[in-house]
Amino acid sequence: MRALAVVLALLIGMPAVALEPDEILPDPVLEQRARELSKEIRCVVCQNESIDSSNADIAREVRLLVRERLVAGDSDQQVLDYLVARYGDFVLLRPPVKPGTYLLWFGPGIVLLFGLAAVFFFFRRQRAAATGAASLSAEEEARLARLLDDPDAAQNNQPTAPAEPKERR
Amino acid sequence: MTQRLFFLLPLLIFAVLAGYFLWGLSPDRDPQALPSAMIDRPTPEFDLPPVPGLPQPGLASADLAQGEVVMVNFFASWCVPCRAEHPYLTELAERSGVPLYGINHRDKPEAAVAWLEELGNPYRRIGADSGRGAVEWGVSGVPETFILDGEGRIRYHHRGPLVGDLIEKEVEPMLRALRP
Repeated sequence: MRALAVVLALLIGMPAVALEPDEILPDPVLEQRARELSKEIRCVVCQNESIDSSNADIAREVRLLVRERLVAGDSDQQVLDYLVARYGDFVLLRPPVKPGTYLLWFGPGIVLLFGLAAVFFFFRRQRAAATGAASLSAEEEARLARLLDDPDAAQNNQPTAPAEPKERR
Repeated sequence: MTQRLFFLLPLLIFAVLAGYFLWGLSPDRDPQALPSAMIDRPTPEFDLPPVPGLPQPGLASADLAQGEVVMVNFFASWCVPCRAEHPYLTELAERSGVPLYGINHRDKPEAAVAWLEELGNPYRRIGADSGRGAVEWGVSGVPETFILDGEGRIRYHHRGPLVGDLIEKEVEPMLRALRP
């Protein structure tokens, strides 16, 4: 039972790699570059998997091609450009920043800015409303002054207050 | 007045979202459809040997830009949709007279020969592709079909089988436009 658990734990911990031994380049530096590059390249038939983790035939073909081009002396960017020329930006798992993808990259930031602006205006209006309520008419000022001068007047001076009886209990 | 308009904002946002969902759920939309990066590009560089056992010669870039509109079809004997489109393609090639070139993708030669013997062989040339040819053409699976103009430029690219009214609605108008 414990052995089974250990085996299961090991299986779960294994990274998803589709690379087959015969694909690996003898040069470890180039192989490392190929591995890093493979993680950026979409397997075009599997929607959302990199060629590094896909077992599809075409993923293997592209992995081999990436290695071939690296051995031939291509830069990482040249390899990506080669694939984009044939499969479009879809082949890149990370979409490039260009006018067509501005909305994708900057959209969330723009929405955040809108939200911040909305919050700013909301609080500004609330403060304006609060200060606006403090400015009383001349008549109210006079009545307030009277009330402050003579607390007893508050008891007598209630000619128009229909809600008052409730509060007084 | 502006206050009142402000309350219409949620309604507006709802309308935009609803429109987006309506578009997304439309039965006419194929969410798997990919725009082709190959349209208007010159003939890819490739040189494929013939399939052993077939009378047709192999296929290379030089065979395509010959001043004539041609169709290039990726197929394989193990591919079921290829079987579905085969009669349509055969009929189209016969009726239109447009040369049809085949690229046999990741197939066993004897299986390809048997498949073409069973269903008929409408191809003028057939290249045997071990996988790299498909990448050169930006092909992600079989079947896929291209139409090239006389200069070898790719003018049409369809992923999937050419069945139903696709030939009538897309392929034939394109051929008519390219061959006045």
